[in-house]
Amino acid sequence: MTWRRTWAMARKEFLHIRRDPRSLLLALAVPIVLLLLFGYALRLDVDRIPMLVFDADGSPQSRNLIARFAGSRFFDVVGMVEDPARIRREMDRQRCLLALVIPPDYSRRWLRGERASIQLILDGSDSNTASIALGYAEALLREHVGSWQMSVLRRATGVMVNPPVDVRVRVWYNSELRSRNYIVPGLIAIILMIIAALLASLTLAREWEMGTMEQLLSTPVRPSEIVLGKMLAFFAIGLLDMLIALLVGVVFFRVPLRGDPLLVLLMGGLFLFGALGWGVLISALVRSQVLAYQLGVLTSFLPAFLLSGFIFAIENMPPVVQAVTYLVPARYFIVILRGLFLKGVGVELLVGEVAFLIAYAAVVFGLATRCLQRRLA
Amino acid sequence: MAASSSDIVVRARGVTRRFGEIVAVEGLDLDVRRGEVFGLVGPDGAGKTTTLRMLCGLLEPDEGEIEVAGCDVRRQRERVREDLGYMAQRGGIYDDLTVEENVRFYADLYGIPARAREERMSDLLRLTRLEPFRRRRAHQLSGGMRQKLALVCALVHRPQILLLDEPTTGIDPISRQDFWALVAELRKGGMTIIFATAYLDEAERATRLGLMYRGRLLRCASADVLRRGFSGQGCEVLTPERARARGVLRQTAGVVEVEPFGAALRVFFDPALTSPEVLRRALEAEGIPEVTVRPLAPSLEDVFIALIRQHERADRGKGGGDRVGH
Repeated sequence: MTWRRTWAMARKEFLHIRRDPRSLLLALAVPIVLLLLFGYALRLDVDRIPMLVFDADGSPQSRNLIARFAGSRFFDVVGMVEDPARIRREMDRQRCLLALVIPPDYSRRWLRGERASIQLILDGSDSNTASIALGYAEALLREHVGSWQMSVLRRATGVMVNPPVDVRVRVWYNSELRSRNYIVPGLIAIILMIIAALLASLTLAREWEMGTMEQLLSTPVRPSEIVLGKMLAFFAIGLLDMLIALLVGVVFFRVPLRGDPLLVLLMGGLFLFGALGWGVLISALVRSQVLAYQLGVLTSFLPAFLLSGFIFAIENMPPVVQAVTYLVPARYFIVILRGLFLKGVGVELLVGEVAFLIAYAAVVFGLATRCLQRRLA
Repeated sequence: MAASSSDIVVRARGVTRRFGEIVAVEGLDLDVRRGEVFGLVGPDGAGKTTTLRMLCGLLEPDEGEIEVAGCDVRRQRERVREDLGYMAQRGGIYDDLTVEENVRFYADLYGIPARAREERMSDLLRLTRLEPFRRRRAHQLSGGMRQKLALVCALVHRPQILLLDEPTTGIDPISRQDFWALVAELRKGGMTIIFATAYLDEAERATRLGLMYRGRLLRCASADVLRRGFSGQGCEVLTPERARARGVLRQTAGVVEVEPFGAALRVFFDPALTSPEVLRRALEAEGIPEVTVRPLAPSLEDVFIALIRQHERADRGKGGGDRVGH
């Protein structure tokens, strides 16, 4: 392998990119659009859940309970209804997600020491948000009942009684639990994967389609030089995209970058190499640009999006799917990114992930080279 | 045809290549001497492109051996690539690159130092009269200019042997003339040229021709030799009473076919059974006036079609009642 031939390939590829401003624009616009879309629109935080209250009791006890909900940052009491039938109507119109129904005998039973019941109605059509809302509501009610029990105990015994366990929660690394803080770093992996697979998957297929591949192969250039040369050109674009994503994430979305930015770029380069190799491999296998493009999207973007832990937790997947995620490079890169961004860990804690990315890049590059060799023999 | 073995720059022995069930090239033996312009001629699908691809090492033969400039193509592929220039059917030109950029790219792949590269590029662009278009993108070139650019790219490493795969397909006649003039120029410089074509008029430009048909090389000879070998089998008959003469000839033993051709009749016959002289006498015996019989100067097309027919007959075994000659 000579550097001269590899560089000649890379330079030619640069010229192609420069002469095709539309795809260059696309390569630079895609990350920005994705960042804005995901950074703004994809919010997994559940707060200010709109709720309705039907209070048939109208007692201090019931108002006390309602005040608890109203005082929580997770709930937003949007209205009191006189007629329980209105709950359904409002829920159908999506004005509320949750309704609290307090029956007429609530305070009477409460004061008698009997078992008082209330009802929570949830809109389960968005099951994810509903279950989170339910969790918040249950926690709130538990606390409400607990504090009441304490006050009863205090009154009965005359002694100041403290709860047996005082739970103090501290969230590390993402103290405000902002979903953006973990989406944006993960998004870098998705962006690199899309750009790499799309650009690279077209490149060899185009040479086959234009008939230039035959001429290329008749020269002393080796398959490994063709593959590496092409990857170098796209590598530059990928790095540029990564810089854009980093800047937008840190400056615009204020995602904390606690680790070494250079280390982020280095890891990104490693991931990018593997992702580009994958694109070139597809391109070596398929001789049509259309097919290569579709395969590129299907095999890079979808796994990176769905099977990497970017949004959907891997622990919740069925075992077979979990096993598949081990083959998705984005899975490892996202762990690395979140570690570097939020935890500021050093590379020593990411050895396993880094090792996988290196192995992946090497295997994919080797396969791409071999496939190209096969195709001409 | 005695040539010393060192004079032979391309040698193929028993070369066979299959693609699945299809035999693309079968038992090909070929010798091309230094300085020859060798034309591989044949219809589409005859195996010309496969042959050229094997000669330059893009495809490996399933059987047989190929030597180029004394090197085994399979084992010394790198050396062979230095000695060979190959111009693929669709060329290797990148449309979005300029003339210069295309040439430089290929020069770099061949590892030519930058200074030598610029010098050679200038020479070749002058030779092909592409100099004024140095900075023009390839997609703005005419078909003929594009083809010349492909030629420049194939020549930039100064190969001894040039392989051209249907170099002038889809190009206007003037540009074709131009292209072949260039090839003649190269030949004067001592280059060996092997080209494939489906056009018989282009085949005339070769010093020697190889007719390929269905994967086999049927005959190798110069155009003149091929034509001479054929001349016994056909003649032209001129007479004012063409229609009657035609009837008479059809009844004559050994005549295979009689076709009107302009004012004349073209007669094809089996030389073992009859001759132009016999035919003339037969016509005069029937009282046909002013008979002139002259040997037919066959076109290469006639020769090739005849050869292919012969070959098909041989393939089918000696089936009776076959048309002979044409």
